Amino acid sequence: MNPVKRTRVFLLLMAIVLAVLYAFPFVLVILNSLKDRVQVIQDPLGWPTEWKWSNFTEAIDKMDFWQALGNSLFITIVSVVLVVITSAGLAYYLQRARTRTANTIFLVLVASMIVPFQALMLPFVSFFGANGLGWSFNQLTLSIFYVGFGVALSTFLYHGFISNIPFDLDEAAAIDGAGPFRTFMTVIFPLLGPVTATVSIINALWIWNDYLLPSIVLDDTSEKTLPLRTFVFFGQYTSDYGLAMAGLLLAMFPIVIFYFIMQRKIIAGISAGAVK
Amino acid sequence: MFALVPLVMFTLVLVIPFAQGVFYTFTDWNGGSSFDSFVGLDNYIASFQDGDFWQSMGITLAYVAACLVLVNLVAFGLALLVTIPMRGVNGLRTAFFVPNLIGGVILGLIWQFLFGQAFVKLLPSIFNPNWLLDTTTAFWAMVIVTVWQMSGYMMIIYVTALMSIDPETMEASNLDGASGLKALLFIKIPLIAQAFTISLFLTLRNAFMAYDVNLALTGGGPFRSTELISLRVFTEAFGFGNFDTGQAQAVLMFILVALAAVTQVAVAKRFEVQR
Repeated sequence: MNPVKRTRVFLLLMAIVLAVLYAFPFVLVILNSLKDRVQVIQDPLGWPTEWKWSNFTEAIDKMDFWQALGNSLFITIVSVVLVVITSAGLAYYLQRARTRTANTIFLVLVASMIVPFQALMLPFVSFFGANGLGWSFNQLTLSIFYVGFGVALSTFLYHGFISNIPFDLDEAAAIDGAGPFRTFMTVIFPLLGPVTATVSIINALWIWNDYLLPSIVLDDTSEKTLPLRTFVFFGQYTSDYGLAMAGLLLAMFPIVIFYFIMQRKIIAGISAGAVK
Repeated sequence: MFALVPLVMFTLVLVIPFAQGVFYTFTDWNGGSSFDSFVGLDNYIASFQDGDFWQSMGITLAYVAACLVLVNLVAFGLALLVTIPMRGVNGLRTAFFVPNLIGGVILGLIWQFLFGQAFVKLLPSIFNPNWLLDTTTAFWAMVIVTVWQMSGYMMIIYVTALMSIDPETMEASNLDGASGLKALLFIKIPLIAQAFTISLFLTLRNAFMAYDVNLALTGGGPFRSTELISLRVFTEAFGFGNFDTGQAQAVLMFILVALAAVTQVAVAKRFEVQR
C-alpha cells in the first residue's frame, strides 16, 4: 500500500470508530428497551435474556403515545404553515417597500434573534395569562406564539432570497392587473420553493423538539407534546428503566423516520439556513 | 395584511414582554400584571449579592467556554473526516448528525441512564462512582452530552464550507509545496473562516441558552453545582417565587449573551479572508 492509501484507510477506520461511539448510546437504549426491570439494573450492557416487547405496549399506554404524537404533529404542522405564510409575506413587504420604516422593522427583527427566551419568559406568562390579556393557553395559542417567536429568523431567510427576485416580475404582474396580494400569492410565493423548504425544516425541528415554551403554555396533560410526556418515566424513584428506554425510543422514532425520508432536504436546509 | 399579522405577534410575544421585563426589574414585581413600588436597582444589587447567582454565572461561563472549544474542534475534525472522498461517507455523516435531531430533554434522559446505570458497569475505573453525583464530573458529563448533540450540526456547516473550496485552489497550493497539515492550516482554514464565525456564534448562543439538557441530565444537581443560568432564572421565579430578582438575572443574562456575541463576531470578522 502506498502512503496516501494507508493514511486513507487509517482515517476511514478512525471515522468508523467515532461513528460507532456516536451511535453507542442509541444501541444501549435499544437493547435495554427490551429487558425487564431486573435485568436492566443487573446487566445493562448485555443482550436481553428474554425479549420483553410488552415494554413498548406499556410505554405507549403510560405516555399516551398516540395522543402526544398527535399533539406534537398538530402543533408543529400548524405552526410551520403559519410561520411560512406570514414571514414570506412580511419579508416580501419589507423587501419591496424600501421605506425607512421597513428597514427599521427588518433591523429590529434581526436584532431580536439574540434575545434569549428566558429574558422575556416571566413577563410573557403574566402578559398573556389570567391577569393580563387573559388568553387561554392551549395548542392553538401555542402555535400562534410560535409565529411570533419564529418570524424573525424566517423573515430574515426569505428577505435574502426575495432580494434576488427581479422587480420586473412584480411590474409585469401589476400591468396584468394583479394587486400586491395576488402578485405575492401567484407570482412570488411559488418562486420561493427552496427557502420555503429551508424555513419549514428549521422551524419544524425547533418546534418539534422545543421543551421550555410548551412546558409553560400547556397545562392540560391531554394537550402535552412528546418531549413533555417523556418525563413520566423519570420520577424521583425511577424503577423500571426498561420501560423508560422503550418510551424514549418511541419519542425519538418519528423524527428519525422524518430524517431518513427527508435526509437530503434537511442537510441542505441546515447549511443554507446557517450560512446566511 | 400578511405583513401585519406576524408583526403584531412578534410585538406581542417578544417586544412587549421584553420591554416589560426590563421595566419590571426596577420594581418589586411579583409575577402578576402590576407591581407596588419602584425599587431602583435593588433587584440587581440583590442578584449581585446572591452567591447562587454568581455560582450559576461562573458555571455557565465555564460551560460556554468548554463547549465553544470542544464542539468546534470535534465538529471540524469530523468535517475533515467526512469530506475525504470515499464510500460510505454519507452513512458516517448520518451517524454524527442524528443526535442533533433529537430534543435535548430526551438526550438528557438517555444520558442520565447511561451515566447512572450503564457506564458505571462498562468502565468502572472511569465512570464509577456515577459522574452525575459529583460536582466536577457532572459538569463534564453535561459538556460531553452537549458535544455529542451539537457537533453534528456544526459539522454540516464546516462540510458545506469545505466543499465550496475550489479544487483548483488546493491543486495549486499542492504544486507550490503545501500539502497535508500545511494546506490545512494556511489554505483551508483561512478560506473557510466564515464557517468558523457562524459555528462559533451558534455554539455560543446555544450554550448560553442551554436548558433542556441541563434540566433532564442533572436537574442542576448535585447541590445546584451544574445549574446553568437559564435553569437558575426558572428556579428563582417559578421555584422560589422571586419574580423580580429572577427577571433581573434574566436581563443580566441577555446583556451577557449580547456582549459575548457582538465581541465574538467582531473578533472573528477580522480573521476572515476578504474576498
